[in-house]
Amino acid sequence: MKLPADKPLTDSAQARWRQECADQIGNERTVRNRSGIEISPLYGPADWDSGRYGEDLGWPGQPPFTRGIYPTMHRGRTWTQRQLIGLGIPEDYNARLRDMLAHGATAISLIPCNSVFRGYDMDVSHPELLGTCGVVANTVEHLDRCLEGVDLARTSVALNDPSPFTLFAFLLTTARRRGVDWRDITGTANQSDYISHCVANHMFYRLSLPGSRRVLLDTIEWCTRHVPKWNPLSVVGQHMQQAGATPAEAMAFTLCSAIQYAEDCAARGMAPDAVLPRFTFFFDISISFFEEIAKFRAGRRIWARLARERFKAKDPRSWRFKFHAQTSGVDLTRQQPLNNIARVAVQAMAGIFGGLQSLHTDSFDEALSCPTTEGARIAVATQNILRDEARLTDVIDPLAGSYYLETLTNQMEQEITRVMAIVESAGGMYKAVEQGLVQKMVGESARRFQQRIESGDQVWVGVNAYQVDEDVGARAPLAKPDAAKMKAHVEAFRAYKSRRSQAEVAGALDALARAAHDPQANVFAQVVAAAQAGCTHGEIVARLRQELGFGQPLAMV
Amino acid sequence: MDIRPKVLITKIGFDGHDRGSRVVAAYLRDAGMEVVYTPPWQEIPHVVKLAVEEDVDVIGVSSLATDHLIVPKLMQALRESGAHDVAVIVGGIVPDEDEPALLQAGVRRVFHAGAPLSEIADAVRTLALEVRAARLGTTS
Repeated sequence: MKLPADKPLTDSAQARWRQECADQIGNERTVRNRSGIEISPLYGPADWDSGRYGEDLGWPGQPPFTRGIYPTMHRGRTWTQRQLIGLGIPEDYNARLRDMLAHGATAISLIPCNSVFRGYDMDVSHPELLGTCGVVANTVEHLDRCLEGVDLARTSVALNDPSPFTLFAFLLTTARRRGVDWRDITGTANQSDYISHCVANHMFYRLSLPGSRRVLLDTIEWCTRHVPKWNPLSVVGQHMQQAGATPAEAMAFTLCSAIQYAEDCAARGMAPDAVLPRFTFFFDISISFFEEIAKFRAGRRIWARLARERFKAKDPRSWRFKFHAQTSGVDLTRQQPLNNIARVAVQAMAGIFGGLQSLHTDSFDEALSCPTTEGARIAVATQNILRDEARLTDVIDPLAGSYYLETLTNQMEQEITRVMAIVESAGGMYKAVEQGLVQKMVGESARRFQQRIESGDQVWVGVNAYQVDEDVGARAPLAKPDAAKMKAHVEAFRAYKSRRSQAEVAGALDALARAAHDPQANVFAQVVAAAQAGCTHGEIVARLRQELGFGQPLAMV
Repeated sequence: MDIRPKVLITKIGFDGHDRGSRVVAAYLRDAGMEVVYTPPWQEIPHVVKLAVEEDVDVIGVSSLATDHLIVPKLMQALRESGAHDVAVIVGGIVPDEDEPALLQAGVRRVFHAGAPLSEIADAVRTLALEVRAARLGTTS
């Protein structure tokens, strides 16, 4: 039998499929992803034509960077396994850190106690809260003890350390005391993006908006001269997505923040190619699998275009969208908590297929409490399984060319660009946040998503569907900081404060205040000097709050 | 007399994750209640003062990162200021083993992650009615 010409066959076959599909599932129910994009039941060449390959995809390590920022991606070098940890006193942290390194973690991340995040020392904090969510580190000595046994010249450190970057100043002081050259220090200031803190009301928000802006720019400038391998800026979409932004909104707001920071640096006379190579990004990975992969691919493409066309960056390193990602805690459930291991694996796969450079997988028990040692080990093992057993690293950008994924990547790019235009027309990210515009959009998206959960439109296993009776009392008790050890830690801290040279401390804090009022001075240089003079975290933050203004949350419902 | 329940939604302690408190506050408001909302990081004395001044029936404390551990301090401060009749509920991430201590301190209900908003609203309505009935009882 002779087949008819190809095209009519395709057309009639397609029409028949369309009819059969409509007959069986109907056309009434529209499916949308979290970013609001309508999802078809099937994608084909009419949606994405492989003739667009060169324009849409290109090759890894080359513009438009859809397929990845490096020529070899995970085939050449796997992602960095960077788990956030922090609990109790510095010795507790150090023990957990060594355990994680022994189990395959390849870089360090340090989370301080929430009291530290809010800018307070332990002696003025609620004792009940000390060390419950992070390590209580207020001085150079504390940081030194946290990182005992870690070679600072060879280990990348991610500090969850918001403006004015006291932990970084403690790290630098520790390095100098250990004889490590600052030029060898590598790592990232994970919480340097004050704009995202202000939007998401995260506990990292310490100084006023203008004060944070000043300190960040001073720090970036100072690092280019003294700690050239340090990434002083990590632009963060994670907080905003956790606070409720859709994946497209989170990417759009993050790119708008990056534009703001790049423009602020340029206004300070820093050339794009001097600072953009050190910009890194940090995102949330929700369980919306394909949407997240498309989000990362689209974001990479938009950033490369901005760097080249808007900022005229010539150095290819400026074009590369380097990002760390963390699996979304919001998706995890308290109900049937072991189910979270499956969720985290799916989220992590989305991040890996999205081409991340560094990954934190959440512990399954994060919806119950701050993670246990067992939970943290499983989280690391999940990454090892995906990489070494499932071998997800064998092929670069393995889902490329999928009609669905390429269509979705293009649609996500359009949606991200649409949201970016809203922010741009408000005068850029700084102004949009100052006016509360971004906070309002994030809040609305959070409510819309909650409505989808409440209505059952978005199924959440164990929460609004497939519930089972559980004996919650059977769960293992959680690790808590040792109250006696914490009390001794606080007492030792008080003793430390009284035995320092008070004149030296006062002198360093006064120099910090003078720098804050002198536009020609560098505030961060004085933060480092204050750390070296023995000032505590709380003293440095308090003085800068006094001089530069206290960050106040923007209340809105 | 306004028969709408009046509820204060707030966060105390160090954590700022306010997605939960904002979503709950907006839902209760849309459900017809009078909602007094504060941003995160409130000091306990300020929350007590606000509760007294605004004459709320219920205080909802949202906690994500261990701040629930200082809720007993809030209960103590409420008793000391004579606002012992206000019903306090806590929502967010509260480990099961910490729940008895909160209930013992006088917290009326603990809502865990995933609790339906309608259930929270029903509880607030019921507690507000109880609080008002008790107040009428003591003043008459």
